[in-house]
Amino acid sequence: MEKEVILQYLPLYREALLLTLRIGWQGVFLAFLFGLACALIRHRRVPVLRHVVTVYIEFFRNTPLLVQLFFLYFALPKIGIRMTPEVCGSLGLGLLGGAYMAETFRSGLESVAPIQEESALSLGMTPLQAFWHVILPQAFTASVTGIVANVIFLLKETSVFSVISLMDLMFTAKDLIGMYAKTLECLTLLVVFYLIMLLPVSLLGSYLERRLRYAEYGK
Amino acid sequence: MTNLGLDVLFKGSNFLRLLGGLWVAVRISLVSVAISIALGIPAGILMTSKKKGIRVIFRIYLEIVRIMPQMVLLFIVYFGTTRVFGWDLSAEASAIIVFVFWGCAEMGDLVRGALISIPKIQYESAAALGMDQMTSFRYVILPQTIRRLIPLSINLITRMIKTTSLVMMIGIVEVLKVGQQIIEANRKASPNAAFGVFAVVLLMYFLICWPVSRLAVYLEKRWA
Amino acid sequence: MGNEVLRIEHLHKEFEGNVILEDISLTVRKGEVIVVIGPSGCGKSTLLRCVNALEDIQGGKILLDDEPVDPSSKAISRMRQKIGMVFQSYDLFPHKTILQNVTLAPEKVQKRKKAEAEREALELLERVNLADRGNDYPRQLSGGQKQRVAIVRALCMHPDILLLDEITAALDPEMVHEVLEVVVSLARSGSTMLIVTHEMGFAKAVADRVIFLDEGRIVEESSAPRDFFAMPGTERARAFLKTFDYE
Repeated sequence: MEKEVILQYLPLYREALLLTLRIGWQGVFLAFLFGLACALIRHRRVPVLRHVVTVYIEFFRNTPLLVQLFFLYFALPKIGIRMTPEVCGSLGLGLLGGAYMAETFRSGLESVAPIQEESALSLGMTPLQAFWHVILPQAFTASVTGIVANVIFLLKETSVFSVISLMDLMFTAKDLIGMYAKTLECLTLLVVFYLIMLLPVSLLGSYLERRLRYAEYGK
Repeated sequence: MTNLGLDVLFKGSNFLRLLGGLWVAVRISLVSVAISIALGIPAGILMTSKKKGIRVIFRIYLEIVRIMPQMVLLFIVYFGTTRVFGWDLSAEASAIIVFVFWGCAEMGDLVRGALISIPKIQYESAAALGMDQMTSFRYVILPQTIRRLIPLSINLITRMIKTTSLVMMIGIVEVLKVGQQIIEANRKASPNAAFGVFAVVLLMYFLICWPVSRLAVYLEKRWA
Repeated sequence: MGNEVLRIEHLHKEFEGNVILEDISLTVRKGEVIVVIGPSGCGKSTLLRCVNALEDIQGGKILLDDEPVDPSSKAISRMRQKIGMVFQSYDLFPHKTILQNVTLAPEKVQKRKKAEAEREALELLERVNLADRGNDYPRQLSGGQKQRVAIVRALCMHPDILLLDEITAALDPEMVHEVLEVVVSLARSGSTMLIVTHEMGFAKAVADRVIFLDEGRIVEESSAPRDFFAMPGTERARAFLKTFDYE
């Protein structure tokens, strides 16, 4: 491996990492938003909307992100819906992630025994207070493993962004290999940068899991 | 019809070509799943090994698979090993290697999870009925493990099928690539082809994966 | 009738076409302890749940301090503050410490000061010998200890009436006593309670009035619990009490 080559490529990868991280976290944020909304709609059995939500969840869970992005970026403009690659990336990731988060949140909500809500209500809490102080914290703890797994999954999925011409890590690596054929250097940097992106999330996730679960499950 | 670009699909053998492309993706995933299951079962049994060294090695393997995007692994195998070691590996072979590397870890973890989820009392009550180890494994432990395992392995199949869409990025002509070719070829005659073609590809993936996921959910409920 | 806390008039409850409670009328006065007994499935737990508006009712009226208890009314949270309830088991909030379990509702619902709520919570925990467990989590307590905390949690809201729904049914036998002792001491200090239980010795000791419920109806009501347990007036009550004997 040539050290100069690596030093020379480093800034390009750094740029790509920042872009990937920005779009990735925007997507994760949207996924939380969509997921929570959908989980609540299904949990509270909101009429009509919950069927819409079910169709959305099933559709996005059963198709690949790559194809979803192709549709959002290349097909939708044909019917007049145009998005920048960045918006398209965040939205695509958010829609995909929302479908996964919704299922995770829902199983978390379902894992909280009905008696918990009843005893909160019987203490005079309003349904909203009961949800906020009693049900949500427990549901979150129960689903934290799934949430962390989803976040890592979504950040990994960013690796297909190059198909909608976003200059992410994959794009940079492929581009540099194509131009200068320094394959080993390029791939090493690629792996290192994905580790930089994902390892902290993975470690933080397991820390959070331990912290949150302490109250209910002990060490 | 023309506006939505659905007309191209009925031109010549376009639709059949798309189906052919889909078959390439499905074939790669089926081969990968079959090998993954075959290798994943012994891997899973090894993961429950009492030897710490073995468990640590599998733990690291699993973490690598969990953290590295399959796309990166595909690049490493397809571009990396061919250039560095100078051997000639086809794109399809690379894809299968990567998906097996990934699938075997996932399958192993599922097997491990299913094995340790059988409560100790099941072993004890089988022993209390006078069964020897083989008999209790055959009639008590194995059936319960398999029931937990099958729905989860079916989910692995759908994940595998979805992930094979990535192989177009290393130049395999599968359904998306065929779609792009059709759109290219009809750029003039049917400028909106992108809509129709990609909508149909999206729907094709859904029609394959959805019934399989439903089956997994059904089996999970039935055997829970 | 003066100082009555709870009045139930002709309560009728159905669920999916099955009649659960039929024409139940009952009055609880301040300081009174009423024990409801009856075979499993007779509707006694449902009765308590109706009083706390956890179930909707299809007929009749439930009045607490002359105000109707109605699950669909906006005032229901305010009404429930006046009704303390302890369930069969496992209803402590697992993600909160013992102290937080007790102070959550006083702070968030009654908007009391944290320090003041905590002081009272500790006093009450002291009364059930659990003051030193305030910082523990529910999982670290035994079933009997958890139920004592659940009683304290209800008491800390200063309810007008306490509903106890088979609070010892899920406990190991050796823990039943420590929980029932707390209830007996509450009864002596003048708490108003409506109790559903299967512990006949306890019922005899604590009740001012016994109500025997069978198939959703009040079959027998007695203001002299000792006489009732010695010689029930109805054949059905006699048959029911006999199931507790092994002679």
